[in-house]
Amino acid sequence: MAYPPLILASTAAAMDMECGIFFTFFGLDIVNKKKYGRLKVASVGNPAMPVAVPNIIGMLPGMTAVATKMMNGMMSKVGMPTIPELVSVCAESGVKLWPCQLTLDVMKIDPDDLIDEVEKSCGAATFLEYAMDADMSLFI
Amino acid sequence: MGDATDLKADEVLDVQGLCCPMPVVKSKKAIDALEIGQVLEIIGTDPGSKGDIPAWANRAGHEFVGSTEEGETFHFFVRKGK
Repeated sequence: MAYPPLILASTAAAMDMECGIFFTFFGLDIVNKKKYGRLKVASVGNPAMPVAVPNIIGMLPGMTAVATKMMNGMMSKVGMPTIPELVSVCAESGVKLWPCQLTLDVMKIDPDDLIDEVEKSCGAATFLEYAMDADMSLFI
Repeated sequence: MGDATDLKADEVLDVQGLCCPMPVVKSKKAIDALEIGQVLEIIGTDPGSKGDIPAWANRAGHEFVGSTEEGETFHFFVRKGK
């Protein structure tokens, strides 16, 4: 689920739309250098998986890695960039990337773990103030 | 779909094998390097580009001149507007 916001943002930037993304809670991993190269997807409780896996199988050790590998394989087959590459594309295109201050505090994440291209971490109100004037706001 | 068969492009961008959002992202970068009035030819294989490239061109102030199809390969012609 990291792909949708990054794809939309990079495309918006290519269409000369001003764009900003607020990364909060688990979404913050997308801009965390230590995590964004190995984001996972689980089949457990995810009925939308392209290959249907019963939960009782999906919960077995190793199955999340299998599901992740399968999805990554599907992505690279169509030439989709990796998450780190797509984050770079966004940053280069001028997309503003805001980390959530609360998430940094609650999950005890070191701000230095975040990629260099992020804006200064901020709270909900700061982002909402920015987003208020937006023609379009999406929650992904 | 305009008649683009006789159009000579000033620059050719090959995005064959790349999928959304890369064709549009790379097209923007390529057209930024051109002069106004010059034509960019984009060669791609992503079927989504058939809608994406004209939408991007319109939004970004360029002229979508037309496109041709050869089997699974598309050729899009965009004239830089601004």
